[in-house]
Amino acid sequence: MSDLATPTNATPSTGPFDVQALRSEFPILQREVHGKPLVYLDNAATKQKPQAVLDALETYYTQTNSNVHRGLHTLSEEATAQYEQARAICARFIGSDNPREIVFTGGATDALNLVAHSYGGATLKPGDRVFVTEMEHHSNIVPWQLVAERCGAEVVPIPVTDDGEIDLDAYRSLLDERGKVVAMVAVSNTLGTVNPVAEMVRLAKEVGAATVVDATQAVTAQTIDVHELGCDFLAFTGHKLYGPTGIGVFWGRMEMLEAMPPYRGGGEMIDSVKFTGSTYAAPPMRFEAGTPNIAGAIGLGVAIEWFTAQDRQAIWAHEHSLAEYGQAKLAEVEGLRMIGTSPTKIPIFSFVLDWAHAYDVGPVLDHRGIAVRTGHHCTEPLMDRFGVPATVRASCAAYTTHQEIGALVEALGRAKELLA
Amino acid sequence: MTASSSAIPPIDEIEETFEFLDDWEERFSYLIDLGKKLPDMPEADRNEANRVHGCQASVWLKLDLAEDKRLAIRAASDAHIVNGLIAIMLSLFDGVSPAEARATDAKAVVEKLGLHQHLSPTRRNGLWAMIERINALTANA
Repeated sequence: MSDLATPTNATPSTGPFDVQALRSEFPILQREVHGKPLVYLDNAATKQKPQAVLDALETYYTQTNSNVHRGLHTLSEEATAQYEQARAICARFIGSDNPREIVFTGGATDALNLVAHSYGGATLKPGDRVFVTEMEHHSNIVPWQLVAERCGAEVVPIPVTDDGEIDLDAYRSLLDERGKVVAMVAVSNTLGTVNPVAEMVRLAKEVGAATVVDATQAVTAQTIDVHELGCDFLAFTGHKLYGPTGIGVFWGRMEMLEAMPPYRGGGEMIDSVKFTGSTYAAPPMRFEAGTPNIAGAIGLGVAIEWFTAQDRQAIWAHEHSLAEYGQAKLAEVEGLRMIGTSPTKIPIFSFVLDWAHAYDVGPVLDHRGIAVRTGHHCTEPLMDRFGVPATVRASCAAYTTHQEIGALVEALGRAKELLA
Repeated sequence: MTASSSAIPPIDEIEETFEFLDDWEERFSYLIDLGKKLPDMPEADRNEANRVHGCQASVWLKLDLAEDKRLAIRAASDAHIVNGLIAIMLSLFDGVSPAEARATDAKAVVEKLGLHQHLSPTRRNGLWAMIERINALTANA
């Protein structure tokens, strides 16, 4: 397993990674659960927030709170400036040189609904195909199904191999000019697999399909550059990037955004409103109806600045080490079957146990202070693919320690005593 | 109590045991053991018609009024915890008359046993659905 993915496209590491120093920036990691130190291994669901982000939210509400783009008073101008600065930070973070390509949304789900309904709704015709991978989160399947049903188009799954990788041969043979959209997850929330997105985008382009990348889990796992990827659209959420909940980003190439109709109507998104018909603002405002999550956007900007100021190469080396360690340690648990064994994966461990249902294991771990996720992780087609009803998923972040994985393995041993 | 589920203790004995055990792991262990005492549910009955939805784990429930007008319940799950909860339901309802069933507050018993943490909306183990089905069957019987 020495060839687990280590991203190389970041500045070189400047020294040894001090995980304890990093942990001290996260107040919640100090708390106890059921009298035990919290072992938080549900990071693929949401990550904890560093003090810098918490401070930014408090400062916004205590010093700046005001609506954006409206008033001419000082607070509104400050809020607008901070909100637009966050937009610029998000653009830079994913390699876009145009902040107007960044649409703030409620999250990745909201972003994917936007592209499906606006772009898909305006372009899909009967007989057209939308390809999605079998490892997609429901949020990158169901919006396409809703739109496809309305347009007479078809949603076609791209199969996943036994290791939990995209079956590229199957993808190549499925793709033809009927494919109008390919929607793909860059890193699987259930398996941790890092997908060959640039290659998948290149193949989609050959048949003229638009490409949508769900970068939700990827933004903390590798450097994202939309121009290097070559995709048309990209979505990610704030709260899995050490930022607040309720804020996400939808990025689209400007010429694509300019051609797309509004998805939701309301304030901020109009040019002129008449009962004889309204005209709409240019992107990104066209897609930001209503008062946005101002504090969330500012908090996300701070989270990105915080994250990019870390030694990311060292964090990724640490996470790579956690992935190797976790795969090896968990393999020692009797009756454990890992779902997702790709050599290119981040430390997300999804597994089933032949002596208990995932549902049985969750409470035992919880009572030992260990937070994991049990269930289908909003990837039911993937569960069906592997023939399992649910998995236990332990997922790491930059602040996860090897000892915490050890605590998980030990607690699984106790669960087996209680359940087997 | 019917003969086939006689391995499951009566509810007052279960309540006493829960009260006696003060450690969470011991109570958890006892619940799992109760689940292992469930009478077999034939594979043929584990079909879609008997499936209780709204659950992370799979639950199958076969609910009838026997000829003597008493409740006949068979249920099973693929999760140990849910089988334990089913065992408690059987001890409350299997073999009882509709009138007795109507007089039984299953939700109160579950809360008294401190098991409601297994029944939070996020866990949704289908037990509530099971209780609702029993209530519906016995309401007019």
